[in-house]
Amino acid sequence: MARLTTRLADWFAGEKIPVGDTADRVFDWLTVNASGLFDAIAAGMQAMIDAILWALITPPPLAVIAVFMLIALLLQRHWLTVIGVMLGFLYILNQGYWEETMQSLTLVLASCLVCMAIGVPTGIALAHRPRLYSWTRPLLDLMQTLPSFVYLIPAIVFFGIGLVPGLIATVIFVLPAPIRLTQLGISSTPVALREAATAFGATPRQLLWKVELPSALPQIMAGLNQTIMLSLSMVVIAALVGASGLGVPVVRALNSVNTGLGFESGMVIVVVAVMLDRMLRVRRKS
Amino acid sequence: MNAIEFDNCSILFGKDSKHALSLADEGMERPAIKEATGCVLGAHNASLSVAEGEIVVLMGLSGSGKSTLLRAVNGLNDVTRGDVRVRMGSRMVSVPDADRACLRALRLGHVSMVFQQFGLLPWRSVAENIGLGLELAGATPASRRARVDAQLAAVGLDGWADRPVAELSGGMQQRVGLARAFATEAPILLMDEPFSALDPLIRSRLQDELLDLQRESRRTILFVSHDLDEAFKLGNRIALMDGGRIVQTGTAREILARPANDYVADFVSHLNPLDVLTASDLAEAGKADGSPLPADMPLKQVLSALADNTACPVAGGGVITRDAVLRRLAAA
Repeated sequence: MARLTTRLADWFAGEKIPVGDTADRVFDWLTVNASGLFDAIAAGMQAMIDAILWALITPPPLAVIAVFMLIALLLQRHWLTVIGVMLGFLYILNQGYWEETMQSLTLVLASCLVCMAIGVPTGIALAHRPRLYSWTRPLLDLMQTLPSFVYLIPAIVFFGIGLVPGLIATVIFVLPAPIRLTQLGISSTPVALREAATAFGATPRQLLWKVELPSALPQIMAGLNQTIMLSLSMVVIAALVGASGLGVPVVRALNSVNTGLGFESGMVIVVVAVMLDRMLRVRRKS
Repeated sequence: MNAIEFDNCSILFGKDSKHALSLADEGMERPAIKEATGCVLGAHNASLSVAEGEIVVLMGLSGSGKSTLLRAVNGLNDVTRGDVRVRMGSRMVSVPDADRACLRALRLGHVSMVFQQFGLLPWRSVAENIGLGLELAGATPASRRARVDAQLAAVGLDGWADRPVAELSGGMQQRVGLARAFATEAPILLMDEPFSALDPLIRSRLQDELLDLQRESRRTILFVSHDLDEAFKLGNRIALMDGGRIVQTGTAREILARPANDYVADFVSHLNPLDVLTASDLAEAGKADGSPLPADMPLKQVLSALADNTACPVAGGGVITRDAVLRRLAAA
């Protein structure tokens, strides 16, 4: 009996399902056949990253802080938030992490632009096609549950090292959040509102712009907030593929078991996260 | 001239509507059809015409198909068989056959609607909600403003234009709903239990305001209600529905005096006859002395006339006796 189970287990382990081999073959095929596409994507991403980074690094830090304070004021109209943003940036400047912070902000901003540009239209399309959405859900689940480290390997293969592979891995990991939240917002538009607008002659396009999108705005803004927070959480992981920024000192601290450096850079990431969250929070009246 | 014509209109929800339709033709009731085919019978072989300037009330218990029928007029519900025709200017247009552009033109300028749950866009101001129909038609903000202001004044909401609708009470929100429907200047107005969600005092006041507005700008109104008093107060004519079928159409007095079946009789038995019946409804054959009462005199005044006499003659023949009236009222 014992021999039988051993043989059964041996037989079972002998025929390994080729998940790894298949992934290998798929990525090999893509490297050979789609390198042009990947090069184009990489060039586009690089140009966007360069532009954002230039805009953040070139002006003197105090000017950048003033601009962020202005944005906070315009978005929140709340003086405490504006002062908090100022104190946060001054703390970063004090700790000597200005350049790293700007590099990480570049990654976060670029990831936001890409994720919202792809996520919102995709979410709208899926909300209008419930059956397609039910087919897409496993893919979105997979994108979010697969450990984000795993994305780094093909990202290096296709895009080399630096901020671009970091951005790609971040986008793949983060994209499901704005898609899901936009889909939720659009599809939970009250039927009564949709019918009222239809009864007054709204075309499908008017329905989208005048009813569905305004009704889904809180969810879409929550999606933006999620995108920022999840992108920030990828900052350290992106450092593993050579993306410069706040992740680099964290990784260095880990490799050299330097507790002080780890906490110092970790606290800066926390400060950035709190500032971005407070700046972009949606406060809906009633 | 008719503004709306329902012509043997059947509306079914579900996949196997053909089979369900044939069962409905055999006279099968809604639960049995649902059991056999999975289809829900919304309305069956409904025929009704609404003249221009008339208020017709579709009445029945909830689930009798009145809203379903109403929503076929502007194409919110698809008609399975039969036809619904709506007046667009000088011609009648078939709604089920209308193409997209025609249906849109119909909704923009010829038929507007008021909803039970108001259907206002909560993130917009009062003025932006009232101007919705004009905005969808492509009117510029400047040209909308004048019409919106006029409607604001008409429903007594001047000074509220820039307030968010979410701040308004239910009664005021429905005033906004009314103003939005009137703003497009559509000659046909569909009202789907517009006052049912309001408390009785506000409901009665809005009914009066609707009648006032109707006196100023004569529109064709198709009104859905489950409230008998409301139907008798507003409707020039009433169509009673049961299980998706129209069982009787007529004026309040015709229905009260001659109910078509037990369902109708049961429905109207709770109505206060003082509000509806007139002298001619109570007249019997016979003669009496004294000056004759007008045939359309309301029952209340007839009663005060009978306080002094045991019997009064009615103009155009017949007599009303005190005993007969007492018997009639005791039965109701």
